[in-house]
Amino acid sequence: MAILGIFQRGPIKHAVLSSGQVTPDPARCVQCGICTYNCPVDIDVRAHAWRGEPVIHSHCLTCGECVARCPRGALRFEKTDLFTRRES
Amino acid sequence: MKRVIVGAGVAGIAAIEAIRSLDSIGEIVMVGDDPHGYYSRPGLAYYLTGELHDKTLYPRASEDYRKLNFRYVKGRVKNILRDAHVLELENGPSISYDKLLIAVGAQAAPLEIPGATLDGVLKLDHMEDAKRILKQARRGKTAIVVGGGITALELTEGLLSRGMNVHYLLRGDRYWSGVLDDQESRIVEGRLQEVGVTLHHRAEAIEILGRKNRVIGVRLRDGRVMKCDLVAYAIGIHPRVELARQAGLAVDRGILVNEHLQTNDVNIFAAGDVAQVYDPSTGRSALDSLWSSAREQGYAAGLNMAGKATVYVKSIPFNVTRLAGLTTTIIGAVGAGDDKDLVGIARGDSETWRQLPDAMVAQSGFDVNRVRLLLGEKRLLGAVVMGDQKLSYPLEKIVSESVDISPIREELLSPQARIGDVIAKFWASMRN
Repeated sequence: MAILGIFQRGPIKHAVLSSGQVTPDPARCVQCGICTYNCPVDIDVRAHAWRGEPVIHSHCLTCGECVARCPRGALRFEKTDLFTRRES
Repeated sequence: MKRVIVGAGVAGIAAIEAIRSLDSIGEIVMVGDDPHGYYSRPGLAYYLTGELHDKTLYPRASEDYRKLNFRYVKGRVKNILRDAHVLELENGPSISYDKLLIAVGAQAAPLEIPGATLDGVLKLDHMEDAKRILKQARRGKTAIVVGGGITALELTEGLLSRGMNVHYLLRGDRYWSGVLDDQESRIVEGRLQEVGVTLHHRAEAIEILGRKNRVIGVRLRDGRVMKCDLVAYAIGIHPRVELARQAGLAVDRGILVNEHLQTNDVNIFAAGDVAQVYDPSTGRSALDSLWSSAREQGYAAGLNMAGKATVYVKSIPFNVTRLAGLTTTIIGAVGAGDDKDLVGIARGDSETWRQLPDAMVAQSGFDVNRVRLLLGEKRLLGAVVMGDQKLSYPLEKIVSESVDISPIREELLSPQARIGDVIAKFWASMRN
C-alpha cells in the first residue's frame, strides 16, 4: 500500500479522505508558500514541509488544494496506516 | 562562542537552526544586505505570474525568529579582518566573530553589451527586481527576453502573464541545450509558442537601443533591429565571491570549501550558491544553485560551527521546476552539451547535471509526458521527467540510493520499452 500515494495521486483523493494525509518531500520544497496561501482552513502547510512532517492537523480537510497547487510536486497524499502495519 | 552568518538566505537560516539544535544560548548574529530579509527566492517566479502575493513569500513570522534567538543586522559587510576576527560593515559598527559563515548567494551575471544599463533592462535576482519587473510590465507592450535556463523561462512566463507580447531570443538552435535533449527542448519551445511567445533562434542581441535613457529596442548580430519596451535577461549567475577574495580566502568559481564546508581559514565556512564544495566521491569541487542543496549545506556548516564535526554528503542534484508550464524533474547527470545562452550555471541549476559519464539513453513519450533515463552499467545515472510526475519520486530514489538496476536494464533499453510500467513494477518490488 505504500506506493498507492505515488501512483494514484488524482483518483486517490476520495479513497484517503478519511484515512489519508498530506505528506511533504522537503527536498522538493522551496518554501514559496503557494500551499499555505491556498489552504481554505489556513493551515501553514509550508511549515510542515520545512520540517518534513505530514500535515496531521485536526482542521485538514484533505481537500487536495495544496497538493494540486504545489508547482514542484512537493506534496502528495499518503495513506495513513492506523490499523495496518507499514510495509516500508 | 559568537557565531556570525553573512547572508539571509536559506543556507543562513538552516545554519542557525543547526547551531540552535546544539547550543541554545550562544550568541548568533545574522548580517544581511537584502532589504527584504529571508524569503523564498525561487518563489519569485510565482509572484511574477500572479499565483501568489508577495507577502506569501516570507516563510517565517517574527515569532519564529524570536524562538531562534539571534540578532539580525541589516547591512553589507565591507571587509573581513581575519586576524582580528572582525567584520567591517559599510554602514554601522563592526562585528566580531569566533566562527563565521559566508552564505551570500549568487547574483545575475551582467549583460555586457552596450545599452545594458538603460532603464527597462531587467533581471530577476531578488524581491526588488521582481517588484521592478511588475512595475514596468505593461499589457499590450513588447518585451524581449534574453538568456537560458529556468530563470529565462520564469521571466518569459511572468511577462506573458502580465499581458505583454514576449519575444524570446535564443543564441543557439534550441532551449537549454546543456541539460535538455533535443526532444525536450522542442517540447518546451512548442509550449511557449502555443501560449503566444515568439521564439527567435540564432538571435544574439549585441546592443540595446535607447531614447532618453529608456529602452526602445534591441539590435541583433545579423543587423536586424527589434523594437521593444523592456528587456529581461538571465544569462547565468556568479557566486558573490568578492568578500572572500578580498579576505584572501581560496576562491575558484565559488568559495572553495572542504567536505566540512570549511574554507582555508578554519574559522570561516561557506554554504549555498556562493560555495564551491569538494565532493570526496568524485574528487571535484562543484557549484550548485539549488534551494535544497543550500539548505543542507547551511545545516551542515552550522553543526560544524557549533563544534559537531559533520561531513556534508552531497545529495544527487535534483530540481523540480516548471518549464513552460510543464512540471519537469531533473535528477543526477543528464547532459553534457554546450549552451550558448548561459555563462556558467544558472539559478536552480547544478554543474553535476552536465558531468555525464558514458551512458545509454532510454526514453519514452514524445509529447508533454516524457521520461528520459541515463543508464550506466548497473546504476541509473540520471533522469528527466516531463509532465506526468508519477515516476519522478521513484526515479529520484533509484538514482540517489544507487539501486542496482541490472534486473531491468535490458528491458529499459528495448526499442518498445514501456519505461513507466517497468519502473513502476521495479519500484513496487523494491518496496515489498
